[in-house]
Amino acid sequence: MGEFVIKMPDVGEGVAEAELVEWHVKPGDPVREDMVLAAVMTDKATVEIPSPVDGTVLWLGAEVGDTVAVKAPLLRIAIEGEGHAPADTAMDTAAKAETPAAPPETAEIIPLERATAASPRVEPAAPPPAAPRRESPAAAHPARHEPGERPLASPAVRLRAQEAGVDLRQVAATGPAGRITHDDLDQFLARGAQPATAVPGLARKTATEEIKVTGMRRRIAEKMRLAASRIPHITYVEEVDVTDLEDLRATMNAGRKPDQPKLTLLPFLMRALVKTLGEQPGVNATFDDDAGIITRHGAVHIGIATQTPSGLTVPVVRHAEARSIWDSAAELTRLADAARNGTAAREELSGSTITITSLGAIGGIVTTPIINHPEVAIVGVNKIMTRPVWDGTQFVPRKIMNLSSSFDHRIVDGWDAAVFVQRIKALLETPALIFIEG
Amino acid sequence: MKEIVCKLLVIGAGPGGYVCAIRAGQLGVDTVIVESTKAGGTCLNIGCIPSKALIHAAEEFDKVRHMAGATNGLGISVEAPRLDLAQTVRWKDGIVGRLNAGVLGLLRKAKVKIVHGRAHFRDGKTVEVETETGTQLIRAETVVIATGSEPVELPALPFGGPVISSTEALSLPTVPKMLVVVGGGYIGLELGTAFAKMGSEVTVVEATQQILPQYDAELVKPVTKRLTELGVRILTGAKAKGLSNEVLVVEMASGEEKRLAADKVLVTVGRKPRTEGWGLEELDLDRSGRFIRIDERCRTSMRGVYAIGDVTGEPMLAHRAMAQGEMVAEIVAGRKRVWDKRAIPAVCFTDPEIVTAGLSPDEARAQGYEVRVGLFPFSANGRAMTTQQEDGFVRAVARADTNLVVGLQAVGAGVSELSSAFSLALEMGARLEDIAGTIHAHPTRSEGLQEAALKALGHALHI
Repeated sequence: MGEFVIKMPDVGEGVAEAELVEWHVKPGDPVREDMVLAAVMTDKATVEIPSPVDGTVLWLGAEVGDTVAVKAPLLRIAIEGEGHAPADTAMDTAAKAETPAAPPETAEIIPLERATAASPRVEPAAPPPAAPRRESPAAAHPARHEPGERPLASPAVRLRAQEAGVDLRQVAATGPAGRITHDDLDQFLARGAQPATAVPGLARKTATEEIKVTGMRRRIAEKMRLAASRIPHITYVEEVDVTDLEDLRATMNAGRKPDQPKLTLLPFLMRALVKTLGEQPGVNATFDDDAGIITRHGAVHIGIATQTPSGLTVPVVRHAEARSIWDSAAELTRLADAARNGTAAREELSGSTITITSLGAIGGIVTTPIINHPEVAIVGVNKIMTRPVWDGTQFVPRKIMNLSSSFDHRIVDGWDAAVFVQRIKALLETPALIFIEG
Repeated sequence: MKEIVCKLLVIGAGPGGYVCAIRAGQLGVDTVIVESTKAGGTCLNIGCIPSKALIHAAEEFDKVRHMAGATNGLGISVEAPRLDLAQTVRWKDGIVGRLNAGVLGLLRKAKVKIVHGRAHFRDGKTVEVETETGTQLIRAETVVIATGSEPVELPALPFGGPVISSTEALSLPTVPKMLVVVGGGYIGLELGTAFAKMGSEVTVVEATQQILPQYDAELVKPVTKRLTELGVRILTGAKAKGLSNEVLVVEMASGEEKRLAADKVLVTVGRKPRTEGWGLEELDLDRSGRFIRIDERCRTSMRGVYAIGDVTGEPMLAHRAMAQGEMVAEIVAGRKRVWDKRAIPAVCFTDPEIVTAGLSPDEARAQGYEVRVGLFPFSANGRAMTTQQEDGFVRAVARADTNLVVGLQAVGAGVSELSSAFSLALEMGARLEDIAGTIHAHPTRSEGLQEAALKALGHALHI
């Protein structure tokens, strides 16, 4: 029997480490070639690690949620045939300190002898890390009795509960002194063995559930903390009359060619943004506050905040300045779908210079968007509502939408922010201006 | 070597082992039980049953002897009675024999194979038994260890000659004139009382400050009173140092030495689990003190090896072992079971008897409960008066917040039979109101239970 060591692959982007988000195997499991062993996540993307060999999993090198250095051993697989070095001496303990080498796109597989020879020094085995352990949500059901107290029930009820695999501590008691009756157990079982919810009146719930913040959620949390703690936000809300824009949109959609996508409001906003940013390049910038350098970008890469099943993600419409409204719409649709399917490439999920956030029909009146660090501005789209507007002689129904935009106040002064939003407002209210060159 | 292969092997046919085997047999489990002596274990052969037989005989003799003395008020007179202990022992052995046969019959009825001989573990699945016809090898999927316990010996008083254990005390040919009981626990006092009633001069030597140290003083008081009436001398805080020429040297707490003349010295200083001589060392099971460690399903640290009864810890009581045996049999048969008993009642067959279930008032307070305690004395009970045995009481302990009964105790003549009511109340989760609201037949001693519950609720009717 020999062994293969599978190391954390270099997943590109110059990253030095990646987070282990899922094990598909555990020690002792047989594996076949191409079977997915684990999933690791970098800043933007999840990469699956397949097995290059048939064998049996011997050892897992990390727990879910751990950050693992590129080239650090990830798991060991016992295989038939070559490789005879004793397992205990094979730990490449120096790997974590190594800088990433040339990036192979898949997991780096090194037969054990070569791995040993290649490592600068061979140390005795590091203490074996604990096998991955799934945190079961602690006490997902409300406790019905004081902790440590045995549930009060007759032997017959207790026997039935044992037979049914029911923990009587989860059963709501209606008997005197908190005694669980046969009826209580019947009701509990009839409810699909779910703890009762407020059946005998309102009950206090004391259970808590611990959820480990891993993967996507951890990335989101880190980014939000970074943005909210570093950037002094100024949020500016303005009302925009989009009646004419909506008319134009309806007309364009009615006349679109079969190969053209249906237009939403966002492509118009993107075009207006491109035009405005041409006049105010200071808003299309990124701010490296550690180095004290503002980078103004010629290109307009617009991040589109998108809700996916695993959380908030921001696919990027690159070079919006070079895209027509139809092109913008098509790219927007493609990226949103890719992000939701999880098929978006890493480069499609980073590198934006300004971001649009829209909650669509549930957009509310006002939002206070958090800037997508290290950008300096974010434009939030609120809901379009038909409102009575005084036109000088009478009330007329107009389609009104708010824009809630945040700016990095260190870089963008209030005046500039107001001018920026007012310019967008002017363009959106008279949409023909969006399309006038010069 | 002959070989048997079975699903379940039970080592030891005491109350735990034979119940386990019978239940397993009922459930269709292919079961073998091994016993080195006679079926029924300590309980049936040299414990519960024979001691109760002897206690009964002593009580009857004492009753008659009492009537033969001065006026007894009942208007009964008898001529001087005599006791033939050898005959008493034969009668007792007859009962034991009937029960032995009964247990074997029950095992056969349940289609359990019985192997007579001493078992020795070869490994966790294989046992060798030295039988009369040679060595029998038994391989089993599951093994239940039910080897029980045996009396503890005092280094200063090794068993032999005049120094006897409870086993020999149950088969003495004559009543010893002077008997010293070393160890004032329930076994020593039960037998000491019986011999006192049969005419021995009995001295009890107890190392702690109270006889029956596991019970609270309130429960023990009527027993001490009765022992004094029977002429039993009680030395507490006393340690037996050694025996020479039928004189037992005892050192008192004060340092003073007492010399007690003794025909027989009965040593009852406790029992120890039987963990030697059957190859336990081959299994290397985890221990809990001297006992084999078990979990809530009676599983030991080795897969497929269970342990039940005295070998697993306190309380060393037959009914605990039986309940464990039944549970393990059902687990082996694939049922889902876990030890969830609320109360293991304990009875002390002294005169008067003591019965307890659940928590004493002090134990309940120590567990953090605010308690309500109700005590009803038998001196206010009509049935007790008519049987001339008014000593003792029934006591109920309940949580003050919910009136949930957490403990029941009684001391008095015949109160052992209250144990079923006590345990049932605790297992069913009864409140004081449940007991108070249940009609108890009049005139019986059991009325004391209802009255104790009423007393705890603050409205006893008969005191």
